[in-house]
Amino acid sequence: MTPRSGRRSQRLSRAVQLAFLIAVLALWYLATARWGVSHLLLPNPTSVLAELEDVLASGEFMGDLRVTLTELAAAFAIAALGGVSLGYVVSRSPYSVRVIEPLLAGMYSIPIILFLPLYVLFFGLGPASKIALGATIGFFPVALNTIAGFGYVDRIYVVAARSMGASGFQLFRWVLLPAALPVILTGLRMGFIVALLSILGSETIASLAGLGHRIVHLAEAMETARMFAYIAFVVAIAAALNFLVTVLEARGRR
Amino acid sequence: MRHLHRHPGLARLALVLGLLALWEIAARYLVDPMFLSPPSRVIAGLATVFRTPGVPRALAITLWELAVAFALSVAIGLAVGLAIGLSRFSRASFMPIVLLLYGTPQVTILPLFILFFGIGPASKIAFGVSHGVFPIVVTIVAGVQNIKPILLVSARSMGASRWQTFRWVIFPHMIPSFFAGMRLGMTAVLLGVLLAELYVSTAGIGYFTTLFTQSFDPTRLFGLISLLAAMAIVLNETVRRAEVHFGRWRAE
Repeated sequence: MTPRSGRRSQRLSRAVQLAFLIAVLALWYLATARWGVSHLLLPNPTSVLAELEDVLASGEFMGDLRVTLTELAAAFAIAALGGVSLGYVVSRSPYSVRVIEPLLAGMYSIPIILFLPLYVLFFGLGPASKIALGATIGFFPVALNTIAGFGYVDRIYVVAARSMGASGFQLFRWVLLPAALPVILTGLRMGFIVALLSILGSETIASLAGLGHRIVHLAEAMETARMFAYIAFVVAIAAALNFLVTVLEARGRR
Repeated sequence: MRHLHRHPGLARLALVLGLLALWEIAARYLVDPMFLSPPSRVIAGLATVFRTPGVPRALAITLWELAVAFALSVAIGLAVGLAIGLSRFSRASFMPIVLLLYGTPQVTILPLFILFFGIGPASKIAFGVSHGVFPIVVTIVAGVQNIKPILLVSARSMGASRWQTFRWVIFPHMIPSFFAGMRLGMTAVLLGVLLAELYVSTAGIGYFTTLFTQSFDPTRLFGLISLLAAMAIVLNETVRRAEVHFGRWRAE
């Protein structure tokens, strides 16, 4: 394929994507305006836009956003601290890796959201249960990647550093950490994302405040247009957070 | 001790038993029995979970929702994945859209699914499918894309028709990624269906987890959750075994 035809097909692909977007919006508009789909089920796109403007202008979202972000920060801090330290301790001996890693991987394959009722029973409906669930779910990718990162540092670097007289701390700071960091950062990013998803999920299922709670509340009040506006808002927040951690990960790798 | 050293599996078992023992002690002597039930009592109570009116039916309904959601995810994921993956142009056009949708937190639209599909099994199935299709589409597209171009060129140069190329070159190469997609899809379907069950349920397991939580009955709650976790492990493991089995030819 010549560069020129490549560029042309790329432009054509963009056109197809744009057409797809327009078709979705047009169908949405026609469904509400022409085909008589109830606005309780599917609100008009223009009224969703108006609601979104209202939500953003009034700053009504601030309280729920603060709750969700605080839960996320606490959950991620616990998951990162616990995951990295346990992962580091386990990675120190190949034997403990062989014993503990399959256990962690096996537990991670269970849908941990199942335990949400238990967390609600233990920690109540407030933020504590969300923090605990998010920390649990975020812990696993961090711990597993930390084990993988520290566990598979090439032996030859370790031997070389030792034979040149590196102390325990020097070995950690200049050999183990730089080698393991990229893998750990990936684990931290994955942990952050799953913690965010599980916090939104548990807010949706059982909570007193937070963005997930707000969406459910609007759904139950049949304020569908405002619910759509909040969904768009939360999706944008999630995308922004996702972008942020991806950039941080890429920067940390350098 | 030396015995343990040679068998990490035994050490793992010992570790699990140790944790269970800690749980047993904590539940018996330290924690309010309203909230935590010792594992011995949970195991003994499994029978009462099954005897609770409605629970066997709820488990059957949940399993049914999982099966239907998984089958639909595989069918739709395969069709969409092939449609997108088989031509370079459609891949370049639609893959960014798929990845964008895959990256959005679907749990925010869970209330919409209830609004559209009601509180019965239909909404759980639909929500499960919404989780399951994306990983399947993505792995199918990746599988089709990763076929060495030289195989396609040589098939074409030996006069293979479009169908023959698909049947004898693309299809066999797709099988490992198809099963990898099924494994990821199963994990995602489990998440989607269980999320929807926990959110609102009239007859499935979500109804009973709420009931046992609100009546402070940790024995039956732990029992039911362990049963579901076991079900999830069996389903995941079945698909993983299939993946290992059908992916083998490539390594040989």
